[in-house]
Amino acid sequence: MQPSHRQLLDSPDFHRLVSRRLRVSLVLTALLFVMYYGFILLIATDKALLSRRIGDVTTLGIPLAAAVILGAWVLTAVYVIWANRSHDADVLRLRQRLDS
Amino acid sequence: MAPAPVETTLGTPTASAVIFFLAIVALTLAVTWWAARRTRSAREFYAAGRSISPLQNGMALAGDYMSAASFLGIAGLVAMRGYDGMIYATGWLVGWPALMFLIAEPLRNLGKFTFADVVAFRLRQVPVRIAAACGGILTVLVYTIAQMVGAGNLIRLLFGIPYEWAVIVVGVVMLAYVLFGGMIATTWVQIIKAALLLFGVTLLAALVLSRFSFSPGALFAAVVGRYGQAALEPGGLVTDPVEAVSLGLALMLGLLGLPHILMRFYTVPDARAARTSVLYATGLIGYFYLIIPIVGFGAAALVGRETIKQVDAGGNMAAPLVAELLGGTPFLGFIAAVAFATILAVVAGLTLAGASALSHDIFVHVVRGGDATEHEQMRIARIATVIFGAAAVVLGIAFKGQNVAFMVGLAFAIAASANFPPLLLSIVWKRFTTAGAVAAMATGATLALALITGSPTVWVDLLGHATPLVPLKNPAIVSMPAAFLAGIVVSLMTPEPRAQALFEDEKLRTYLGVGAE
Repeated sequence: MQPSHRQLLDSPDFHRLVSRRLRVSLVLTALLFVMYYGFILLIATDKALLSRRIGDVTTLGIPLAAAVILGAWVLTAVYVIWANRSHDADVLRLRQRLDS
Repeated sequence: MAPAPVETTLGTPTASAVIFFLAIVALTLAVTWWAARRTRSAREFYAAGRSISPLQNGMALAGDYMSAASFLGIAGLVAMRGYDGMIYATGWLVGWPALMFLIAEPLRNLGKFTFADVVAFRLRQVPVRIAAACGGILTVLVYTIAQMVGAGNLIRLLFGIPYEWAVIVVGVVMLAYVLFGGMIATTWVQIIKAALLLFGVTLLAALVLSRFSFSPGALFAAVVGRYGQAALEPGGLVTDPVEAVSLGLALMLGLLGLPHILMRFYTVPDARAARTSVLYATGLIGYFYLIIPIVGFGAAALVGRETIKQVDAGGNMAAPLVAELLGGTPFLGFIAAVAFATILAVVAGLTLAGASALSHDIFVHVVRGGDATEHEQMRIARIATVIFGAAAVVLGIAFKGQNVAFMVGLAFAIAASANFPPLLLSIVWKRFTTAGAVAAMATGATLALALITGSPTVWVDLLGHATPLVPLKNPAIVSMPAAFLAGIVVSLMTPEPRAQALFEDEKLRTYLGVGAE
């Protein structure tokens, strides 16, 4: 391994990049799990709540199911916005150090 | 209100169905001819030369994932069982964010053609490649059998073609795509299919809503008027929390172990493109699962459950029937042709994934020790494609008349238990070892298979025993944690200093893309 690679691997900036990426991934995964398994467990344990009418016939369950689908997409979009704006810039900075 | 009798041309090959079908086949074969001239190297055959744009790959991922089972099956489930079908639909989307957060970018940076590339990256090639290829091929083969049997049945219902002929036609056409056009043709077939499917379902949902002055509330009221408030309430699908979470785990994390989905990430130039393509795919697939229930509820309100059941007891013909009612025979022909194209595209993707495990993982890395000429790689890839395609047709015919509804669940359970745990551990855990990887795969695959065999679905319903050996219908809640545990315990017992040292080195590639293919 080239010395410049070794140096970069050991640098605090690289450690910060790795731990920040791990943190973002874990937080978003946790939110996804709470949202989806929360929805499933709510159905399994409290059908009356999901069956409550919010319109003439429409039940609360219908917008909740749509919200799970929309929520999954929003979480994905949040990740992409973070990665494109912040993570990619950090990656680029570190890669430039290797080239110089 | 008595259901109005529906005159249907379903099951007879009408002129419009045949014309739409031939047009789709002609278009896709023309694309294959174009792609064949651009497929000269292994990199082009397996990974489309890494030249696919994020939007194109997003469409193709959606095309790979939205099967006829989800289109016709979920519309039917919503029509026959109401809200339960909506619950089921949500489970099919939630794997995509997880795929993005945990796997997509490291997979792109570390691998070359298959997910086994990533697991084997710093471990001993031969044992890991063999184990990963077994897990991958098992997943793809089970999924393919389910698709082929579904294809035979659906095409018989839609066009009136005998089952065996339907399976053979699917086999021959998709082999033409993969054999000559490789990943470039397969990608464009997926894009065409995704566009047609999304267009067809959108038009169908719009036609349904036009009957209810574009008010979903009015549609729901019509369904309730006919089948009672229960149609909009959770029914019998989710009752046991353990069972429900187990199914959810398999659907969500199984996606992260599906070889034909994972290999699509190698078709884009870099990690950023991989990331963007997941965002597009999640949006398209999410939209699909949001509007499918409208089609299903529309079929219940306008066609009626009794009529749908008369045509097919499983309810799979709900969407085609409501298409015929609202758009006449031409629209039915279009929807039937789109369903056929959907099956072709999914089976083509699966065949390419199965062939890559056979040729790239087993032949090139195990038999030849990673040393094979470009010419040889291409020849073996094509032989493997023919072997896998022939197996798909033979197994499709062998399983005729079998109830294979459990097989898609089995494929996801194996993917979540045998493929996903070693893939994730190899990316995130420094002390993961060769023995640990093999142990995780063997444990996950064996347990998933054994638990499904003893489950109520197979042991009681299919094999006719009185009581199940295993109370669970879905094994993932047991088999996936067991695979992780086996991987961790065995790794701790067999330290591999070389793999630990390489883990530090590969970090530049994992996180910065330095040296990525």
